Amino acid sequence: MSAGTNKIAVTVTDVSVVNALVKRFRFERSDGGLLPTFSGGAHTVVEMQDGDTHRLNPYSLMSDPMDQTAYTISVRRDDTGRGGSLFMHNSVKPGDQMTISYPVNLFPLDLRARKHLMIAGGIGITPFLAQIKQLSVMGERFELHYSCRNPALGSYVDELTEQHPNTTHIYYDDQNQSIDLEQLLGGQPLGTHIYVCGPKGMIDWVRGRAADLGWPREAVHYEEFLAPRSGKPFEVKLAMSNKVIQVGEHQSLLEAIEAAGVDAPYLCRGGACGQCETDVIGYDGKFLHYDHWLEDDQKTSGKKIMPCVSRFEGKTLVLDR
Amino acid sequence: MTIQFNDESFRGEYTFRNSDRAIKRFPFPFHEDSYMYSVNMERHQGGPEGSIYEKRFDVDEHYVSEMKDRALVLADDPLRCQSLPHMTLAGWDLLELIMVSKSEDYPDLFELHRDGNNWHWINKPMGIEQKFVFMDETTLPYGPLEYITRQTQGDFAVLDQRDDNLWMDAGMITTQADWSLDFDIGMNFFEWHAPVPKANEMGIFIRALKFLLNVQQGMPARRLNWTMTVNPLLDTSPENYHKWGIQKTTMTPETVGQKQHLRVELQTFFRLPRSNALVFPIRCYLIALQDLVTVPKWGRRLHRVIRDLPVELATYKGFIDNRPLIVDYLSQFDDGAPTSDGIWPD
Amino acid sequence: MTKFQFPESIRSRPIYGTLEPRPGKVHLMIADAEGAEALIDVAQAKPDLMAGANIMYFPKGSGDTFVTQLQALGPAQLYVGPSYSASVARLRRTLTDSHMGLQVYLAGTEGLIGQAMLEVTTAGIPHSAIQTEHRGSVARRMQCVHCKGITEDVMTDPFVCSHCGLNLFVRDHYSRRLAAFQGVCIDAEDPGNVPDPVELYS
Repeated sequence: MSAGTNKIAVTVTDVSVVNALVKRFRFERSDGGLLPTFSGGAHTVVEMQDGDTHRLNPYSLMSDPMDQTAYTISVRRDDTGRGGSLFMHNSVKPGDQMTISYPVNLFPLDLRARKHLMIAGGIGITPFLAQIKQLSVMGERFELHYSCRNPALGSYVDELTEQHPNTTHIYYDDQNQSIDLEQLLGGQPLGTHIYVCGPKGMIDWVRGRAADLGWPREAVHYEEFLAPRSGKPFEVKLAMSNKVIQVGEHQSLLEAIEAAGVDAPYLCRGGACGQCETDVIGYDGKFLHYDHWLEDDQKTSGKKIMPCVSRFEGKTLVLDR
Repeated sequence: MTIQFNDESFRGEYTFRNSDRAIKRFPFPFHEDSYMYSVNMERHQGGPEGSIYEKRFDVDEHYVSEMKDRALVLADDPLRCQSLPHMTLAGWDLLELIMVSKSEDYPDLFELHRDGNNWHWINKPMGIEQKFVFMDETTLPYGPLEYITRQTQGDFAVLDQRDDNLWMDAGMITTQADWSLDFDIGMNFFEWHAPVPKANEMGIFIRALKFLLNVQQGMPARRLNWTMTVNPLLDTSPENYHKWGIQKTTMTPETVGQKQHLRVELQTFFRLPRSNALVFPIRCYLIALQDLVTVPKWGRRLHRVIRDLPVELATYKGFIDNRPLIVDYLSQFDDGAPTSDGIWPD
Repeated sequence: MTKFQFPESIRSRPIYGTLEPRPGKVHLMIADAEGAEALIDVAQAKPDLMAGANIMYFPKGSGDTFVTQLQALGPAQLYVGPSYSASVARLRRTLTDSHMGLQVYLAGTEGLIGQAMLEVTTAGIPHSAIQTEHRGSVARRMQCVHCKGITEDVMTDPFVCSHCGLNLFVRDHYSRRLAAFQGVCIDAEDPGNVPDPVELYS
């Protein structure tokens, strides 16, 4: 189940190659009805049945939030990942029936902002595509700084520079172009908010420089797509369900709980939203906390774990599920 | 569905009356013989046929008169409806939610015809017909929040979700149990609840906030809250307290059954799609004690709840001085017999 | 020492801290009367910060006591004004030329802190990023919930609304948007029965 979101049966109506690494997928409701409208920055969780493996991956909605006829997402192929993007790239075809969740937004715009300053790295451009469409309709000010490896891999650069020539700034790594963060963060009017989405290194860099330059924490927003890490397999006892499960090397604890038919709440599946927070009844071993949700003292307490991304090493782990 | 709308007043002569149907469907809030705060949330997805839980926005016999009373409150004090500038989008979300819900749930009373962004709304009970452009404020006589809540029973607090908190940044508040929108607008969840005794220490608000932050589109929730009011006065605002406060002192053993009302709020929570805000409708239902006790279980139970309520709660809910009078009256209807679990009549 | 120990209260009642130097190029400091002492403390903690400091100071009853000391700190700008309200236009103009990264320090009475904070948050800096330190008088700005008028410098409970004349009791419930505490009619249920005023915090 979910805990918290409804599901929608959709048909894949288009699969397009954006570049060597990125494919775009378009979904329409299978029953022909309208999709729910959403706020820019929202994502949907796509369910995939990959042989015996049941995956649920979140992807940012990049389509126009006002367009209720279809949702569009872009997926970057990761050859060394757990297989979700490979499944999307290799196995999903137009005409396929899939299940996606209602939109959930963990990266919303702050509509009080006088100006929205967006910093994107690679596939991190996707939530900004929807947000820019929304802000344009609302007549709000925004500015985009988008860093990509090179023009061939610059997803949607043409569309952005054509539609927003004055407010789109592109930087190609291969041409040694990089965002001058000192200058960019030094002269913004009061009421500017920063939004950053991209690799962890870029997010940490922007957040760190912003703090050093005196930016308030509340004016810096970020979304990181944390994929669950792989690790040594481990065994878990689910006390409430009276089951013992094995968490595989490339399987998250949440996925293992779900595979055992036990209902566990989730929302983002990426360690950020807190919805899957689970109480630990007992343990003998070591926690590997990879989430952004728990406080430091909660992480050391041994009483909580976020099963969507975190893992465990040791003899026993007993959970309140 | 035909509803006979009352022509009644909630001030002055107080001609408000509940029909037998209204009494039977009244949202009695106590599932046991005592009361303490809890995060008593459940899904808001229908309920028993004819109950107040069945529809997304319940319309009852008091609809037309309540809207007249709201208009009087606003004419006297326009600050009861305010929307900070960034909340206009949320106002449109709410307008759409209410128009779509009511036209679907009460097709004999409300109609919504949409042609792209050209909308045509018909409200038969209030005799309103309006054509407008969705998302264009210049085509409506008021901002979207004010426009639609002038036609919908209950108060509406619209909460912006930011920084892991909820902020009361817009609202239409004319039937409140003694708090001021003008004062509280802009506050966050903990701040606007600051005056509530005991609940903070109990961690109630932390758990409630966590639940509300995760309410998603298409999955609304609800809970009940309650207090007591002397006379069926909807506008028990702090703004007018210097005028209505005196009414609390006018009850006698002969009049308490008729004048003392149990006031129950059906609170619902809907995620709004375009703005990602959370709307918090607070729908107020009133019942005179003399009508409530016609349901024997409710008479017994209410006596016990009010008699045993902690002093701080009775004080905060404003009836500490009248409690002896109320308990005395209700004791006539409590023979000590056991009561069944749950809120429904036997 | 002019720091007051405020008793514990409800969640909406503001809590003030202790000013400390923060990273940044421009530091906007606004203080009244004894609030100057808090600015002086910051300068002592990090003297070279003052080269980027823009001070707006309102001596109120304290006369010249602190003005010379503030001058001696070597701020980039020092403006000494007769009152906060006379300087609001100047403050707004300063904020329109400011950039994100501006550090704001507010010190002195609750009324000054609340009103200056309102200007800064309206301009676009989140309120939790603004530093505050209370010094000096504990008088409150009170909003009468009935007529909406603000009564300044309230030191007793109950007090009389300076606009509509109602007798109001003092609540700790505070609004940042109004920069005032809430006053509610004290004798609504027993007209004329008004307790003798008692000094706040006594």
